[in-house]
Amino acid sequence: MKFSIKVTLKKDVLDPQGKVVEQTLQSMGMNTLKNLRQGKYFEIEINENNEDRAKNKIEEMCKKLLVNLIIEDFVISKI
Amino acid sequence: MNSSVIVFPGSNCDRDIAIALEKLKFKNTMVWHKDTDLPKSDLIVIPGGFSYGDYLRSGAIAAKSNILSEVIKAANDGCLVLGICNGFQILTETGLLKGVLLRNKNLKFLGKDVCVKATNTDNRFCNKYKKDQVLKFNIAHNEGNYYTNSNHIKELEDKNLIPFKYCDETGNINEENNPNGSLNNIAAIFNDKKNILGMMPHPERMVDPMISSNDGVNLFTSLLG
Repeated sequence: MKFSIKVTLKKDVLDPQGKVVEQTLQSMGMNTLKNLRQGKYFEIEINENNEDRAKNKIEEMCKKLLVNLIIEDFVISKI
Repeated sequence: MNSSVIVFPGSNCDRDIAIALEKLKFKNTMVWHKDTDLPKSDLIVIPGGFSYGDYLRSGAIAAKSNILSEVIKAANDGCLVLGICNGFQILTETGLLKGVLLRNKNLKFLGKDVCVKATNTDNRFCNKYKKDQVLKFNIAHNEGNYYTNSNHIKELEDKNLIPFKYCDETGNINEENNPNGSLNNIAAIFNDKKNILGMMPHPERMVDPMISSNDGVNLFTSLLG
């Protein structure tokens, strides 16, 4: 079973990298660009047939290592 | 006093801190991250560097290494722990210290001498400094921008858990003298019991006037009592 994990900075955490990318795109003429935030993406394959159990395991991986819950949020989706 | 310096792949200040400790009469042992036994230590130092190439997040992988579970046990039993630079990042990733070190606000790697003020000297690490003494320490980091929630910031201030703040040469603490964007100009923090100190500046680089200064010496001699 395969899952994707999208990790994003919480909305009140500054994202200086995202800001620079945003400004660069704007300077390239992308005038309609309103806001840009940068994040991380993981794809994980897991040996598990039960979707709930698999999701729980992925969530554990997120909480224990992949995500710093002080500054980041995550969304798990089956792919 | 017995000290242990933990070494990870990518540590690069481990020799510097070992030389500083030995110069100041600590009996030091280097401990490899895969070891599962920690030598009997009065002080554990997690040195600066780029453990595991800063993969995932600075300090995140090192925080899960074999030896860190021993460090966590010792720290919870009251052992003195000092995390410098990447060591501070590792301590926040283990949860021994609260908060997180974000990318520097200006996105630049900072390698320079900065002034810090000794804002709390009533603790094991800083008792040989004078209160509000201005010191010059070297910083060398990309992620030194200390961030935490508003309740914790209040707690750090109220309980006097901030031993060093970035300042100018006369000791003024303001945004202009904040090199990396840290909340409240924080350069270092303690845990509640003040046995765990995390700091971004490098005191081990300031123990020899021939190459820098003696400003870091008191941090180590304070521990010797």
